[in-house]
Amino acid sequence: MHHEHAFLPPALQMLIVFFATLGTAGYLLLMLRTNKVQRLKQWPAWRFILWLSGSSMAVAVFAGPLADAAHLDFRFHMAGHLLLGMLAPLLMALSAPVTLLLRALPVPAARQVTKMLRHPVARFYRNPITASVLNIGGLWLLYATPLFQLMHHHLWLYLLIHIHVFAAGYLFTISMIYIDPAPHPSSHLFQTVIFIFALAAHGILSKYIYANPLPGFPADEVREGAMLMYYGGDLVDLVIIILLFSSWYRATAPRHSYQKIETS
Amino acid sequence: MSPHHKFSHKTKNLWAGVLFGLGFVAFIDETIFHQLLHWHKFYDRSTTSVGLISDGLFHAFSWFATVGALYLVADLMRRHAFWHKMFWGGKLLGGGGFQLYDGIIQHKLMRIHQIRYNVDILPYDLIWNITAAIMIIAGLLLIRSARKDSIRISGGETFAS
Repeated sequence: MHHEHAFLPPALQMLIVFFATLGTAGYLLLMLRTNKVQRLKQWPAWRFILWLSGSSMAVAVFAGPLADAAHLDFRFHMAGHLLLGMLAPLLMALSAPVTLLLRALPVPAARQVTKMLRHPVARFYRNPITASVLNIGGLWLLYATPLFQLMHHHLWLYLLIHIHVFAAGYLFTISMIYIDPAPHPSSHLFQTVIFIFALAAHGILSKYIYANPLPGFPADEVREGAMLMYYGGDLVDLVIIILLFSSWYRATAPRHSYQKIETS
Repeated sequence: MSPHHKFSHKTKNLWAGVLFGLGFVAFIDETIFHQLLHWHKFYDRSTTSVGLISDGLFHAFSWFATVGALYLVADLMRRHAFWHKMFWGGKLLGGGGFQLYDGIIQHKLMRIHQIRYNVDILPYDLIWNITAAIMIIAGLLLIRSARKDSIRISGGETFAS
């Protein structure tokens, strides 16, 4: 879609930047406050860096030069989606925001939060199948139906889809790797099987886009974007796969190794 | 460590090998034939839809196989139960098996892409698939020989792993 100017009105862009800044300031505040508490361990600063980079990447998709380029060039559109739907959620999940929140909240409030996490609805959404269908199924809806064209004509749809891409990407990440507290965890085998199908569906969609270029963009550009989706997706998912298996590796450690970890 | 230790992890050693072999061949396929030589195409118009699905599933599975197999090896190492011969047997079997599947089913039947374009394809297909068959046979022989070792040394006793 060739627009002369950015699709999101500047006021809306400012609003998104404002919310992201608020989130980052909140994270920093909770970190600094809980670090003063004697009985708690120091919250590692690299987790804050992860949060900061993740949320900056997500913001870059809505505001700034990448957001502008994404409207003109499908390759930048796809790069933006990789950031918003995969890399930003991964980095933010690794920053363990819920753990930080729990350690900052007074006990009764923290109990409320864990109660929410245990709720059947939360359990339903965290199921790897639900998360995969929302994440990859949503992408199929976007790229294999006229939704992609519609999105560029309706501002509310554009916003809704982009928020969905981020939220579903985050949900998918936390359904596969447990950094924050995860009640009712799925088995590693179940996660692995579902993940293989999700990654396959992502790869197949990339080749589908390659084979059926989207109208409104030059075909060559769409093909390059599709390849970016394929290989970029592989790369981010490789990190999640490694984390998933390393969680299995720790969980299945022979007993004497456990003792070694505990005493060190 | 007693050699008996690895014999009680026969299946895990075999699977680590099979998965690593599969992942390794898929990796070679991607790096050498897609990226370096540019012989394979990212997408070929003659691909059947079942070919697209098969390609997607195997591509995804190969990522998991590579990483998973390496974690299995690490697990065997920390249990002092890594068995080179069984692992290599599995590796050749898994690698050859995937290459044969790729060469016959995916390239020829599902036509996801050819080994190379604008050349006489027959010698390429022959070398590809014969190499695969040799790998499978060598893998099976190694696995058989590893089994014999375990019977000779430990009297074939296996313990639950």
